[in-house]
Amino acid sequence: MTGRNVTSQPSATAFAAVDPVTGVSETPVVVLSGVNRSFGPTRALDDLSLTVRRGEILGIIGRSGAGKSTLIRCLNGLERPDSGRIEIEGRNIVGLSEGELQPIRRKIGMIFQHFNLMSAKTVLDNVALPLKIAGWAKAERRARALELLDLVGLSDKAGSYPAALSGGQKQRVGIARALSARPALLLSDEATSALDPETTRSILTLLKDINRKLGVTVVLITHEMEVVRTIGDRVAVLEAGRIVEQGEVWHVFSDPKTELTQSLLSGVRPQLPVHIASRLSPGGSETVLGVDLTDPGLGNGLFAEILAHLPSAHFLHGGIDHIHDQPVARFFLTVPREPASLVDEAIAYLRSINARVEVLGHVSRPV
Amino acid sequence: MSPVLFNLLLQSIWETVIMTLASGVISFVAGLPLALVLVATDRGGIAENLVVNRALGWVINGFRSVPFIILLVALIPLTRLLVGTSLGTAAAIVPLAIAAAPYYARVAEVSLREVDPGLIEAARAMGGNRWTIVREVLVPEALPGIVAGFTVTLVTLVGASAMAGAIGAGGLGDLAIRYGYQRFETGVMIAVVAVLIVLVSGLQWFGDRLVARLDHRG
Repeated sequence: MTGRNVTSQPSATAFAAVDPVTGVSETPVVVLSGVNRSFGPTRALDDLSLTVRRGEILGIIGRSGAGKSTLIRCLNGLERPDSGRIEIEGRNIVGLSEGELQPIRRKIGMIFQHFNLMSAKTVLDNVALPLKIAGWAKAERRARALELLDLVGLSDKAGSYPAALSGGQKQRVGIARALSARPALLLSDEATSALDPETTRSILTLLKDINRKLGVTVVLITHEMEVVRTIGDRVAVLEAGRIVEQGEVWHVFSDPKTELTQSLLSGVRPQLPVHIASRLSPGGSETVLGVDLTDPGLGNGLFAEILAHLPSAHFLHGGIDHIHDQPVARFFLTVPREPASLVDEAIAYLRSINARVEVLGHVSRPV
Repeated sequence: MSPVLFNLLLQSIWETVIMTLASGVISFVAGLPLALVLVATDRGGIAENLVVNRALGWVINGFRSVPFIILLVALIPLTRLLVGTSLGTAAAIVPLAIAAAPYYARVAEVSLREVDPGLIEAARAMGGNRWTIVREVLVPEALPGIVAGFTVTLVTLVGASAMAGAIGAGGLGDLAIRYGYQRFETGVMIAVVAVLIVLVSGLQWFGDRLVARLDHRG
């Protein structure tokens, strides 16, 4: 049994074509193609195709009912698609029997919104349970579980029962349990949705750490853009069982293509303040421009340069945000409508530096 | 109370304890697996099989519908086959166990159904098979309820064993009827009731203590 090799590292490093900067390899861990799953008349997954790259954190975001849970549960065979292919490490798992799926599931960790810890087992026994299932000897199980509890910072809780832990501690135990059998892939099913913002942040930091240190590929589903923003490398937007948009997180954030993505982003991106938006009228004396720009220069004086280039414009709202190491600017300006050339010149200049500009309407000063 | 009656009381206590414990243990050993089969084979269960589920459900309901005193008589041929006689304490254990096992199966089933489905899903996600789910999730997580239900079953058996006097099984109920009621020995009646109260309270107390120790749900 390979699981007995306590010192082996996850297989992430064994593959070629690893990006030296991000550690992300192009050998996919998961490839879904043409996956369908219906529940009665509802199509939970509709001809869905998706690739998960080795070593990355892929965030799958969507509203409730978009098919997120069905999708993630297909990845370890808890849910069976009606048709399509799901390749895990190159092996199609669609059509496998429960018995054939079990050894594959032992190599895929999963964490849950409600933690799903066994209330009758101590923290240590919870973390050791996947190892027990994988047939490890008792002493090795214990040693490995303690190692994992140390990793998540809960060594002192080994003998406690889950009921004595806070939500954040329970999820840490859940993470330790999911990682104990050295999975190559970690699935996170709304893992932070039941936690407060501060605890959410610490759990996300832990997941990012694990992804970087252990090279574990992470697929997480969430309805919160903030989660994807904080730790995602790539994001896939799910709607009615289809991926409507996907790409690098900073890219999707700076240039959301679909209305759904824009709406999901509204909480984490600057928006035109409501009191101004409500006063937009065709007769306003100034034009309101919404500007999106991604440029490494933003952190190095480009922003001031832009404002200096547009002396007639007033800066209204917004600023620079950083997604991973990418500066992403989104801001709002007002430009006087008279003379008419001012607005045209401003738009032309902004477009010349590859910004996306949107005319949102007109408003009269003072705003 | 005369020394003769006192000895009769002691003997009756012993007979009641033996009947209760023996039939209790048998009903536990038979009832818990039945409960697991009921839960596992139900719709969405870990071994869904609705034919088995419905069939077992009917059999259990059938046994539970028959009044105990009828079962006691109806099972005489089986009792004779298993124990060699249809009379006495040992003979009473057969119908008591057969009546209590389906009862306990239903009580344990309720506890097993209350186990959070998320925990079963977690065990499946770890690559656990059905047996793992039974051993590591269903039984340990339902254990407080399983033990509490067993306590209820034992207390019910103390009462049911009183009827076993009808086939000469002895026990406290038999003593109370024959001496306390039919011979107007009020002292015996009071003593029997007092002993039963102590017995039932003791069982319940012990069961509750055990449940409290097993329950880590917080």
